[in-house]
Amino acid sequence: MLIPNIELFNALGEFAFMRRALVGSLALAVGCAPVGVLLLLRRMSLFGDALSHAVLPGAAIGFLLGGLSLPWLAGGGLVAGLLVALAAGFAARKTRLNEDASFAGFYLLALAIGVLIVSKWGSSVDLIHLLFGSVLAIDDPSLLIVSSVASITLIWLALEYRGIVLECADSGFIAATTGNGARFHIGFVIIAVLNFVAAFQAMGTLMAVGLMMLPAATARLWAERLSMLFVAAWIVALASCLFGLMASYQWDLPSGPAIVLVAGGLYCFSLVFAPFGLWAQRRKARRHHAI
Amino acid sequence: MYRAAIGCVVGVYFLGDAIVIEVEHLTLCYRDRAAVHALTGRFVAGSHTAVVGPNGAGKSTLLAALAGVKQPDEGHIHRHGAIAYLAQLSTLDKQFPLTVRELALAGTWQRRGAWRGLSKADCLRADAALDRVGLSDFIQSPMGNLSGGQLQRARFARLIVEDADVLLLDEPFANVDTETIANLLAVQDDWHRAGKTQITVLHDMSQVRAHYPQTLLLAQSALAWGDTPEVLTPENLQEANRRAQHWRNDATWCQEC
Repeated sequence: MLIPNIELFNALGEFAFMRRALVGSLALAVGCAPVGVLLLLRRMSLFGDALSHAVLPGAAIGFLLGGLSLPWLAGGGLVAGLLVALAAGFAARKTRLNEDASFAGFYLLALAIGVLIVSKWGSSVDLIHLLFGSVLAIDDPSLLIVSSVASITLIWLALEYRGIVLECADSGFIAATTGNGARFHIGFVIIAVLNFVAAFQAMGTLMAVGLMMLPAATARLWAERLSMLFVAAWIVALASCLFGLMASYQWDLPSGPAIVLVAGGLYCFSLVFAPFGLWAQRRKARRHHAI
Repeated sequence: MYRAAIGCVVGVYFLGDAIVIEVEHLTLCYRDRAAVHALTGRFVAGSHTAVVGPNGAGKSTLLAALAGVKQPDEGHIHRHGAIAYLAQLSTLDKQFPLTVRELALAGTWQRRGAWRGLSKADCLRADAALDRVGLSDFIQSPMGNLSGGQLQRARFARLIVEDADVLLLDEPFANVDTETIANLLAVQDDWHRAGKTQITVLHDMSQVRAHYPQTLLLAQSALAWGDTPEVLTPENLQEANRRAQHWRNDATWCQEC
């Protein structure tokens, strides 16, 4: 473990792209982990997957207009993601469809448009790049976007924490007490889309979900209190980015999958050994309080 | 003279005749059927009303509309004072990682909103409320550990912390054990003595006769509304059941409104 560690420090000193990759992925981890925790608690764990398809047409149009530059890709993805998320939310509130059903309807529509655009006017290489991204290719504008999104996420969480938590825990109560819980829900959807779009340049649209959901699911196996859930998710996400990048540099692996694989490894380990994992549950089943 | 006049006004306000909720020609639809039809009436301050009626009589729909969760399809609702609402089908996620104290503290929302900090007094109030409903041993535990009856007690504690002038409770004693019911009925009696206005949907007529001075017998419109003994007559109850048997899907469209 010690040798790659030193290798990483050498690489950090030597290559600017490694420094940017590290800072960028750490910023991503800071923003994505709490969003993942909230998605998990709202039973919206697959929201990110749907979103990864939903941003495709926007990113593809952005790519056709501006080429492979983050402002165009992210801008297009942001518009498409917000359109799908808000349209699905609106349809769920106003019709008898559930959120997941209306989401499925809209993201499939978006996915079809995206694939159509890419295969008609782009090439498969572009599609591969959109789907898999590269944290090692993060440039200064990308870094700026990623860190801005992380900052916005933290500020929004600080301001709306009480509302978003209560809306997650008991949406009916907040709706009856404030007359309108939509503010928190819409705010949360916007923040989730922002984080997702920031992540997909670095990680690729498919891997971006991993940095959101895996730390959150892992944290749920370790922590009971809500505040500790956030802390645990942050630790897992930051560790995944750090060790994932190290592995990626050391063995010349694609960075996105390397980061997600580390997070996935921590998840599998926790599934068995964490306080709320399989092993502890088995032991708890035998030992219990008398009353 | 002057002082007496003020005292009189204040007295009237506190002793009864002030209207807290007034409904005018209220129609509420569930899908394309009128669940509540052309209901007109008022709830005065300090009244302690049970809303009874057969299934499908529009009781829950009426309460949701009074709480402002559902918009009226026809007519108007006038409200005065802060309202707290305990829905029947709880949207509360029982697995959500909140402690029982945090759940009770949610009741401070009307006073504190999204941004103002919680004071020591708020926490003491929440702990006192949990103590009142017999959950003082569970203050620190996650609400996922509570049983159904305990969770209902915790939701009552949240209502105590809310301290609203008007309380709307939709079948608060459904699926709850008798000891919990006794405890929560005592909490309702406390509220009644404190002068709060309560509107409670119930099914158990013996509970209504024993604890609720006023009753609204609802079968789409008000079949009877007033003092409990005069409302819960065998004839009225029979008429309510007779109406319930005649609700059909092929009923004609309302021509009046």
